[in-house]
Amino acid sequence: MARSMNLVLNVWRQKNAKDQGRFVRYDAKAINDHMSFLEMLDVVNEDLAHKGEEPIAFDHDCREGICGSCGMVINGVPHGPAKSTTACQLHMRLFKDGDEITIEPWRAGAFPVVRDLVVDRSALDRIIQAGGYVSVRAGAAPEANSLPVPKLDSDQAFDAATCIGCGACVASCPNASAALFTAAKISHLALLPQGGPERTDRVRKMVAQMDAEGFGHCSSHKECEAVCPKDISISFIAKMNRELITAMSVAPNEIKSRSKG
Amino acid sequence: MATQKALTLLDTTVGKKAALAVSGVILFGFVIGHMLGNLQVMLGAEAYNAYASGIKSKPLLLWGVRTVLVAALLVHTVIVLELYGKTIAARPVAYKVKKHIATSYAAMMMKYTGPVLLVYIIFHIAHFTYPGVSFGDYDPIAGDVYANFVNAFRIPWVVAVYVIANLMLGMHLYHGAFSMLQSVGLSHPRYNNRVKNIARGLAFLVTAGNVLLPLTVFLGLAK
Repeated sequence: MARSMNLVLNVWRQKNAKDQGRFVRYDAKAINDHMSFLEMLDVVNEDLAHKGEEPIAFDHDCREGICGSCGMVINGVPHGPAKSTTACQLHMRLFKDGDEITIEPWRAGAFPVVRDLVVDRSALDRIIQAGGYVSVRAGAAPEANSLPVPKLDSDQAFDAATCIGCGACVASCPNASAALFTAAKISHLALLPQGGPERTDRVRKMVAQMDAEGFGHCSSHKECEAVCPKDISISFIAKMNRELITAMSVAPNEIKSRSKG
Repeated sequence: MATQKALTLLDTTVGKKAALAVSGVILFGFVIGHMLGNLQVMLGAEAYNAYASGIKSKPLLLWGVRTVLVAALLVHTVIVLELYGKTIAARPVAYKVKKHIATSYAAMMMKYTGPVLLVYIIFHIAHFTYPGVSFGDYDPIAGDVYANFVNAFRIPWVVAVYVIANLMLGMHLYHGAFSMLQSVGLSHPRYNNRVKNIARGLAFLVTAGNVLLPLTVFLGLAK
């Protein structure tokens, strides 16, 4: 049997990047507990549209927890209270009638608010552009036995590659650090033979871009790991640190510092 | 576009954290030795004063170690200030509601325990080493470190300051012990737990020893 509940939302409303922004209270009425968190917001938005008010803007795309578009801080936790779950996969059954829910956008200097709960995460794209690729023609999947990869390496590369780039790690970090994101992207390529030739340049360029974007440093609080919808381990941050320290001491060429945007 | 320059390890946040870890491990090593050395106070005046004069009789070693320690402390402090400035800028708008679901109390307190320890270190050096200060009705005697020790820790508030400061040191080391391994990339699924437990065990032992020291006079272990 589906339960129905009434909730009170405190939602961050901000017209544009220049607007100061404020919290606005909304009643979310007759919410079915089978709904996802985003569907609950859809209901509230429909109500707002009927009243002629501006709906709450939030990012979303696949609503299957795999695209990394959605993300908001729900009662102080990025993506809300369910572990290993994106906001779109968060079910309303985890809330109860009468609950008050505070919803905020990711807070980081490198993630300026575009509108309401939507932030500009292109800083993460620029970290990828700095070196999160391999400069070879990828083509179709190669014949499996032509390039042997040890099982453990492939498993770890896969674990790192599950990062969907949602930015929850930055949002949860006391220092607004993008270390977990950057580390995951560096590690998944560093673990595979295809990533080998550009390994030392990649880590230096990506870390330089991460710093240039104004993200903070890692201070091992593990908040990122705890909210990551893909359970990416902070052991990848240690791997990134190891990669950078090695690269800085062995790489023959210099890397230029990078600029934001 | 801003003028670009070639990047060195210390230009990056990762490199700064590595330097923080290296300077931290030097200071960590020192506090272990400092704690073990001073526990000799429980062996009595003769042994303790002999230990102190033994150190003083090797000026090259003494000043070598002091130089390294001061350098480590400077690096540790300057880098933290640099990183702290970046951190403030990294989140200009704070959350209204923010839950910490994974971090430890010790980790969250680093920004307070750090400055407190810096002040404590200066206080501690002024108290016992240079110039040597008396907070009670006695005169510090150069060379008789045992008497200075016992006289100092007869005063309850001095004992309280040392106990509190060393509990803070314990918290600082507890987080630092784990974080410094992470910062230099020492992480391996097979050894992680063991290494972490050893590091934290050392932090605990240092704290236990250091908290015991100022209490020795009250407990009658030094008189």
